Order: sequence, then C-alpha cells, then structure tokens
Amino acid sequence: MTKYSLNILIAVFAILLLSMAHFRFIDSYIQIVVMTIGINIMMATSLNLVNGNMGEFTCGHAAFMCVGAYVSSVLSVFCFGSKFGDPLLPAASVLIVFPIILLIGGGVAAVSSLLVSVPSFKTRDDYLAIISIAVNYMIISALENMDFIGGSRGFQGMKDTVWAMVDIFDGPWMMFWVINFTILTVWVIRRFISSTYGKGVNAICQDEVAAEIMSVNTNKIKIINFMVAAGLAGCAGGLYAHIIGYVNPQSFNILKSTEALVMVYLGGMGSLSGAIISAVIFTMLLEVLRSQAIIDGLMSPFTLVFPDWEPSAGVIKWVMIPLLLVVVMQFRPEGIMGNRELGDIFPWLKKFYRFK
Amino acid sequence: MMAKTQTQTEAAPILEIRGLTQQFGGLRAVSDFNVKLRTGEMTGLIGPNGAGKTTVFNLTSGFYQPSEGEILVCGKKTAGKKPHQVTSMGVARTFQNIRLWNDMSVLDNIRLAQHYQLDYGFFHAIARSKHYKAREKAVEDKAHELLEVFGLHDYANELPKNLPYGTQRKLEIARALSSQPKLLLLDEPAAGLNSADAKELIRLIRWIHGHFDVTIWMIEHHMDVMMELCTYIKVIDFGETIAEGTPDEIRNHPAVISAYLGDDNI
Repeated sequence: MTKYSLNILIAVFAILLLSMAHFRFIDSYIQIVVMTIGINIMMATSLNLVNGNMGEFTCGHAAFMCVGAYVSSVLSVFCFGSKFGDPLLPAASVLIVFPIILLIGGGVAAVSSLLVSVPSFKTRDDYLAIISIAVNYMIISALENMDFIGGSRGFQGMKDTVWAMVDIFDGPWMMFWVINFTILTVWVIRRFISSTYGKGVNAICQDEVAAEIMSVNTNKIKIINFMVAAGLAGCAGGLYAHIIGYVNPQSFNILKSTEALVMVYLGGMGSLSGAIISAVIFTMLLEVLRSQAIIDGLMSPFTLVFPDWEPSAGVIKWVMIPLLLVVVMQFRPEGIMGNRELGDIFPWLKKFYRFK
Repeated sequence: MMAKTQTQTEAAPILEIRGLTQQFGGLRAVSDFNVKLRTGEMTGLIGPNGAGKTTVFNLTSGFYQPSEGEILVCGKKTAGKKPHQVTSMGVARTFQNIRLWNDMSVLDNIRLAQHYQLDYGFFHAIARSKHYKAREKAVEDKAHELLEVFGLHDYANELPKNLPYGTQRKLEIARALSSQPKLLLLDEPAAGLNSADAKELIRLIRWIHGHFDVTIWMIEHHMDVMMELCTYIKVIDFGETIAEGTPDEIRNHPAVISAYLGDDNI
C-alpha cells in the first residue's frame, strides 16, 4: 500500500485540479498559473539534469524550449489548423495526435541539443556557457528570419488544435496535457538518474577524468544527457505554445533561460525535488509580484522619499527576483535543498517513496 | 584457424609496450620505453620524482595518445582508443592522488566501474525492462561481493570523502577491480600511508594478486614494498630506462643508486 501512496496522491491531486478547473471552481487565471507551474517544473528539472547532475554550466536552455515550441506549433497547424490550407488530419484524431506532436517537438529539440553537447566534449564551465548562449541566440535569430512561419512577428494558429479537443469534450484539455507531461518529465528524469547507467552523469560531475578512465563513455553519456534535457524542454515549449496560442522567438530569449537557471540554483544543484519545489515557489512569486498593490506596498519607503516615482510591477519584479537569487547565494549558496532530496531531510517520507 | 588465433592471443603478453615515446612540447617525458608483462606477473616501475612513471601509466590507460611507439593489450593495439575502451579491454588503474567520486556512496563507486558492461540503453533504463533489472542485479551483486571481500561492507552507504585515508586507498583498488580487469595498474598505492598501513597494503596486494587472477604493474616509492612484492622491476629516470631486473639486481645496480642518491663526481 505504502509503495503506491505517492502515485495515488499525485493521481488524486491531478483529478482534483482537473475537476476544479472543469467545474469552474478555479478561474482561467489560476488555471494559467497552474499550467505555468507545470511548465516551469519541466524546465527546471530538465535543466537540473545538465547543470546540477552533470555539473556543466549551460545557460541557453530556452533555445531547446523554442525549438520544441515552433516544431510542435507548425506541425499542429499543419495537422489541425487552417493557416497552411486544409487540415491534414480529421479533427477527431486530435487526442492521439497531439501528444505525438509534442513528442516530435521534443525529439527535434533533442537533436538540436547536439549543437551544445558536441562542443561540450572539449570545453567545460565558462566556455560551454558561452557556447550555450550562442546557440540560444542562433536559434532565435534563425527563427526570426524564417518569414514563412511569421519571423519576428511570431506564429499563431495553434488554438485550432485546442478547440478541436474542446469540440470532442468540453474540458480543461491543456491542463490535462501539462499535468501528464510534467509527471512524465519527472518520471523519466528520476528513472534515468537513478539507474547505474544514468549515474555515469554524476560521475562526470564529480571527476570527469576518473569517469572516463574507469569505464564511463563520457561523450556518449553527455550526448544522451543533453538530449534528454533538451527533449523534455522541447515538450515544455510545445505545451507553452499551445497554452498561449502564440509563439514569438523573443519570448525564448536569454531572460527565459535565466528563469530556468534561477529555478535550478534556487532549488539546489542536482536535487530533483529541490527543482520541483523551487519551480513552484518561483512561479508563485512571479505571479504575486505581478500585483501592482504588493509592489506599491513593498516600495512605499522609497516612494515616500521620491513621491514622483511610480514603480511599475513589471519592472520591479525583475529587480526583486535577481535580488532573491543574490540573497539565496549569499546565505544559502547550495540552494534550498542542496544536493539532497526530500527523503534526506524528512526521513519519514522514505516509508512512502524511494527518492534515490 | 580459430584455434590458432586463440593460442596466439594466449601466448601474447598481457601488455606489451614497444618504443613508447611521449613528447610534451620540448620535453621528452618518456623515451623509447619497452616492457612486456606476462600474465600473473607482478612488476614494479620505479624512478625518482618526475621520471615519467605516471606518464607511462597515463599512456597505458589511454589518457594520453603516445607520440611514438605502440601499446598492445593482449596483443591488441590501443592506439586511437579512448580510455573507457582501453578499460573494456581489461586495463584498470588507480590514481596517485585518490580520485573517487566523492559525492556518491561507496556502493555506487564500485557499481559505476562496471559502466562499460551495461549493455542496456536509455530506454531500457526508463522502462525498467526485464533486461535492465537482470543487468542491474548482476552489477549490484558483483559490487556487494567486492565490498564483502574487501571488508568495506559496513561503509556501503557512506560517502568516500568521510572514510579514513587508508580505506579510501582500499576502496579505489576495489573500484578498479570492479571493472574486472586483467591488468591492474597501481599508481603509488602506499603513498601517504604509515608503515603499519603499508604492511597491510602489501598483504592486500599479494592477496588480490592470488584471489583475482590479475597481472599487477605498480609504481611505488616505498622500496621495501617493491622489493617484497615484485618479481621484476624497471627503473626509469628522465624518461629513459636506466635499469631493469629482479629486486636483488636493482638494489645493487650502480645506475639506480646514482639516480636516487646522486653521483660522486658532481
């Protein structure tokens, strides 16, 4: 019984969320926040695979999200939209085809990760960080110059796919897919990282030379690890595109990558539960700081001194969040969880779930 | 035909190095190094600091590619092979300064040295297939067996960095043996050990030699360890082989004495 308690808990929670959304107990704003939390969990856990578990430093994770978003959006418009002419597939097949489209987006993103993983054979640390930023810019610039998918004006039409799903059954479909893919992401990462095969990733982090000499094919493991991380980020991108119904290359720029980085460092390097917790906290914080009233309250000591200054929430938010990172790094440099999992902090949880 | 090749490989020495030279810029770290290790032998490699001993080991384990010369493991060339491929040919090593994976449990350290033998891929690991489970169980059993024989079982879930220094040395040797090598390279296993620990280590190495059926090649500065363990010793200085022979021959070799103690006529 205790073996399945976590699975049951997650299933109950998911069903609760979905039914609350379906019967309008939570409005569409809260729904968007919940879905953003899901996407951020996917981004944080997948980046944690590279930056935390493998100890490489990449800061262009949004590039893979971008690839996934565009590939799945274009495919989805081809299959169910009217932008490129008649839909290729009947609307009834959407429930089977949509996850496949997302996975294809993830697959293409995984292949695009070779742009970072192949240079990572020879470079590490700062140099790899520069390469990953370069890849981020490369992909954004390439997409901005592709006029047939909107270029810098962005690309839309994915809502047709969502409406096709709503036509079959009027429910919170996007939330359903986000929950499923979030669970899939965490499940894949946990299983990968806890197998002896995946522990090669940790060995690379701790001593790459020893790993290579003691039988780990470091190049292969690096490629696989980057591919898994980028593929999952690609799926997150596909979901993001379908929730918003519009993608723009600039929404996957370095700021988005930084968001993912902040979540990883906030949660603790190499801690899967830490990444999840920090994704939840971070997204909530972003939403809370969006409120002008709270920002006004926080800034009141300053506005008293400078009465002409009217701080806007959208700007101050990006002062507060980096400041949070500075504070965390100063007082708890290992992040919320360090490299421990929940089970190491609360041993009684181990009764219900094996964390490692 | 088949039988013939088999006898040939059996006859081939476990490690043969011919004319090995390594150039680092203008520095000739190793020059024209030759050695032939027969199965089951325990050979020593000694020399003053900076003589190029560890470079020879780095070349043998595939960490450097030699400038000249060739290295044959069981009659097969290692040129162009990556270190993990050389490991899969049956060469394992330890390091002068201990290089364990410090944030992974002792058990995981031992398990991971069998990484090249994992014949399942990513999707097997995700799906936890039957094949995965069987393989993982084999790896784990092997690791437990090794911990048992090395007396490290009580530490299985400890982190290596929390272990005493001597135990870390032992663990590193156990990790090397976990990859099931035919040739074990020990790079200064007694470095930093006191004489009681060194005696213990001599016992351990002798026992490993008998128990695991491996050929051992070791670098060491403790002469008493070398004299007691090795049947054959090579001495190098500034990359050149200056002497080789049985321990007794080496002990009284004039070139060795002058390399270690200096010449009279300086």
